[in-house]
Amino acid sequence: MTDPGEIVACPECDLLQHLPELEAGTKARCPRCGNTLASQASEPIDVPLALALAAAVVFIIANTTPLIGLSAVGRHASTTIPGGALEMWRQGEVITAMIVAFCAIIAPGSYILFLVTTLLAVKRPPAPHWVGELLRWADSMQPWSMNEVMIIGILVALIKIAELATVAPGIGMYAVGGLVVLFTAIMITFDPREVWKRIEWTGGVAETVR
Amino acid sequence: MTGTVLTAGGAGLVACETCALLSRPVEVAEPGYCRRCGGKLEWRRRHSVQYTWALVVAAAICYIPANVLPVLDTTTLGSTDSDTIMGGVVLLYTTGSWPLALIVLIASVMVPLGKLIALSYLLTSVQRGSIQSNRERTRLYRLVEIIGRWSMLDVFVDTFTVALIQLQPLMSVTPGPGVLFFAAVVVLTMVAAKSFDPRLIWDSGMRRSFDG
Repeated sequence: MTDPGEIVACPECDLLQHLPELEAGTKARCPRCGNTLASQASEPIDVPLALALAAAVVFIIANTTPLIGLSAVGRHASTTIPGGALEMWRQGEVITAMIVAFCAIIAPGSYILFLVTTLLAVKRPPAPHWVGELLRWADSMQPWSMNEVMIIGILVALIKIAELATVAPGIGMYAVGGLVVLFTAIMITFDPREVWKRIEWTGGVAETVR
Repeated sequence: MTGTVLTAGGAGLVACETCALLSRPVEVAEPGYCRRCGGKLEWRRRHSVQYTWALVVAAAICYIPANVLPVLDTTTLGSTDSDTIMGGVVLLYTTGSWPLALIVLIASVMVPLGKLIALSYLLTSVQRGSIQSNRERTRLYRLVEIIGRWSMLDVFVDTFTVALIQLQPLMSVTPGPGVLFFAAVVVLTMVAAKSFDPRLIWDSGMRRSFDG
């Protein structure tokens, strides 16, 4: 539950304001810059946890099954996400291969891993303060996790190659599409404020404002 | 207007960038660490303007080879064709998929250029101490943060095209040197957007300056 007198500073314009107690499904916006300060989900822990566990399963499928299958002059070829990064590496584009692997595999994968661990750990508060560290890592992985960009990239590649050969979408492509939906649902239902409230404080020196 | 509102900085308080908890810093010069999450407290992102400028300039330099150098080399029965980013857009357009051509044009050409222009504008306006259209400038910053990732589109297209078309000796596709520069532009502008502190937009007109 939100303290009735919670004071927050807007992270985008630094305006000090009272955050009102929010009802489930409502949002609070900063009156000065319009930034969304908080949104209250009805099940802030269990729903994102279920979604993140589903995302873990779909993530494994997306990375192990072919995205696109190709057949031309009696030959067949297909590629997976790790296969794409690996081929770039083999072709000498080592840094590009690493960027692709990071944005397509490492960032979304570790985001799911950190989020699942965080949400499991805060189910019985107070959670130890290293959980906060995990949440911080999840937060820093999130902008680099590019499922929705990748799905459009796969579609563009599919249509481009369709000019040259017979192509068919594979299971992996649908799985990436599933990840896009699940990640969006996690964004909507997950509330980091709720997690922070359940984590033990580290102590430290700064004085807290009530 | 700006003088009458109370900001955390104006009240001598720091909001944690990680967990949003408000703290009264131990010292003005060294605000210390957040009591809840242990994160380092800072009035504003460190050297925000300088770091962001450095990253924007680096990205602008990479933007030229990213567009001039080929991103894909297609070898068909011994003869090789090179395609730049723009070439890929034209190819998509001529083969009839103009909606895709438009998506790639926006994501690969307009978004990176727009990001560079938008960040340069935000930086100069902050440096000049502008107090006008703060809300619009904050909205522009938010837009840069949201759409930035979309320029990675072409890198994914090239990766999967290369991975699929390896039908030697009939036809094969290899990545060109432009891909690396293009990916560098995306990464550099994304880091630049992260290092820019939107609170600086609102700090102009306040008595104290927080940039350092």
